[in-house]
Amino acid sequence: MSAARMARHPGAAPFDGGATTSLLEVEDLVVDLPVEGAMRRVLHEGSLSIGAGEAVGLVGESGSGKSMTARAIDRLLPPGAAVGGSIRFDRKSVMALTGAALRRFRGEVAMIFQDPRAHINPVRRIGDFMTEALRSVQNVPDAEAERRAVGLLESVGIQDGRRRLRQYPHELSGGLLQRVMIATALLTQPRLLLADEPTTAVDVTTQAEVMAILDDLRREFRLAMLFITHNLELAAAVCDRTAVMYAGQIVEVRASSRLHDDPLHPYTAALAAARPDIAVTANRLVAIPGRPLSAFEAPPDACAFAARCPHVRDQCLERRPALIELDGGLTRCVRAEELRGHMGSEEAP
Amino acid sequence: MTESILQIEGLRKEFGDLVAVDDIDVTVREGGSIAIVGESGSGKTTVAKMIVGLERPTAGSIHACGRDRSTPARSTAERRRRGREVQIVFQDPYTSLDPRQTVERTIDEVLRLHHGWDVDRRRARVLELAELVGLDARQLRALPRALSGGQRQRVAIARALAAEPRILILDESVAALDVSIQAQVLNLLADIRDETGISYVLISHDLAVVRQLTEETVVMWRGRVVERGPTARVLDNPQDEYTKRLRASVPRPGWKPRRRAHVGVGEETEER
Repeated sequence: MSAARMARHPGAAPFDGGATTSLLEVEDLVVDLPVEGAMRRVLHEGSLSIGAGEAVGLVGESGSGKSMTARAIDRLLPPGAAVGGSIRFDRKSVMALTGAALRRFRGEVAMIFQDPRAHINPVRRIGDFMTEALRSVQNVPDAEAERRAVGLLESVGIQDGRRRLRQYPHELSGGLLQRVMIATALLTQPRLLLADEPTTAVDVTTQAEVMAILDDLRREFRLAMLFITHNLELAAAVCDRTAVMYAGQIVEVRASSRLHDDPLHPYTAALAAARPDIAVTANRLVAIPGRPLSAFEAPPDACAFAARCPHVRDQCLERRPALIELDGGLTRCVRAEELRGHMGSEEAP
Repeated sequence: MTESILQIEGLRKEFGDLVAVDDIDVTVREGGSIAIVGESGSGKTTVAKMIVGLERPTAGSIHACGRDRSTPARSTAERRRRGREVQIVFQDPYTSLDPRQTVERTIDEVLRLHHGWDVDRRRARVLELAELVGLDARQLRALPRALSGGQRQRVAIARALAAEPRILILDESVAALDVSIQAQVLNLLADIRDETGISYVLISHDLAVVRQLTEETVVMWRGRVVERGPTARVLDNPQDEYTKRLRASVPRPGWKPRRRAHVGVGEETEER
């Protein structure tokens, strides 16, 4: 990637100022899906980069496009989807990969999902599920594949791996099955893990356990991660940077450590304020009026959040704001600079 | 003792060999709100089902509004009275509404059954309830499939309130809602309590929601109560090992998730 391109697309530059090359570079990603005969836009010009070994959170409410972004990256969109923009992994475009090349790519960019029971074949043994990609794509002999599977089960805290490989999914609890899915995703030695709400269906204490395992594995294997969640606090706690999505658009990308105290987009601030606080009983929660918009409902010539934003002005309704750089982060708000430090309150400066 | 609206003593439920709920005592004073906290398998939803009458206790007693409801109702009138006193809102608004019934009819049916009012009075009350939960006239005429999750949950709340219950059980009722909608529904529930003096029994695993809505908390683990007390005290200064771990599992800035010991040989489920 040339320096000139970097400058034109600040969104593709890693947060630390470009010292490391990005492992994944998504630029101006647009996705349309056929719905009842017509094409509907589900993602609007998304740009995002992930550096080697970096953890990036992708946060948004239902229908904001976060899962769609991960599926587009892993080339798992439904048939008939139209994709624009570019996705590069290790500097090579992944947009046109097919056949063996696509299978190899999915070994490097593995994905884990919210509900392990829906993604693990219930009538096959854990061992068959775990080693399938190794045996069929990488031609690893059965005994060797099994040995590696047992090793990874150990890494995710399952000690009696040999016995687990003989078991069926229904014999394991949801928390154990999620560990099996994580271990399976890592068997092909990926460099990027796309984690789509892996802890949403499990208990809070199990969530902490799964996050700790992911954290350890990321360090051990220098694994990058795109962590998708609706939980802003969780993303901010475990990721280096966090991207916030609304109505199919990335509206903010920010270092997680600064997201809560110094957000760059009013939606991020509103989302943080709307959550009840475990340490205080609020007299009243600061609810966001109205409901979240779907991507296809986003107006083409206005800010998608304008209708619910406490800081809206005429200029917000003139055109869709571009994703601009501000203080090392990115924001899709035309008033971001003047609003900094005042986002949490109803009172605009 | 006379002020308690809900009194549960020595409550126990067995499913075959499994003891799902083991000797639980819970008291809620009139107008008070209590949270029952715990993870899946802790027995909290079974307690809720026994309070409403969807499960029959193996032993123990449940008194709501001064009347015993631990055995099945002997008459239709008794069953209706129980329905009127205690209502429940479930977690999933996608499966708890009749897909063929408009919102208006859903609420009207409860009014007809429990109050026997004429059409005009019922219609007026439907509008009042819709206003209370923030549903407009167009949504009243809609079928559930035309509504979002947050709107459906408002319908479920309006339907529950139509019976004019004195106790409302919220079984993970806001867990499935988006954050921005969840805040609206939590504010709504606080307003309704201010207006009607209703008592809430909140079944939840979300400690921040518990903090926002209740003043007393009971923590369950494997069918037993391991800790109870004022919500603020339980969350700020937990005493039981499980409550401590639960509290430490909530993500916050600077949070470092902690790994427990390995899952040992022969264990199929997560350990305390």
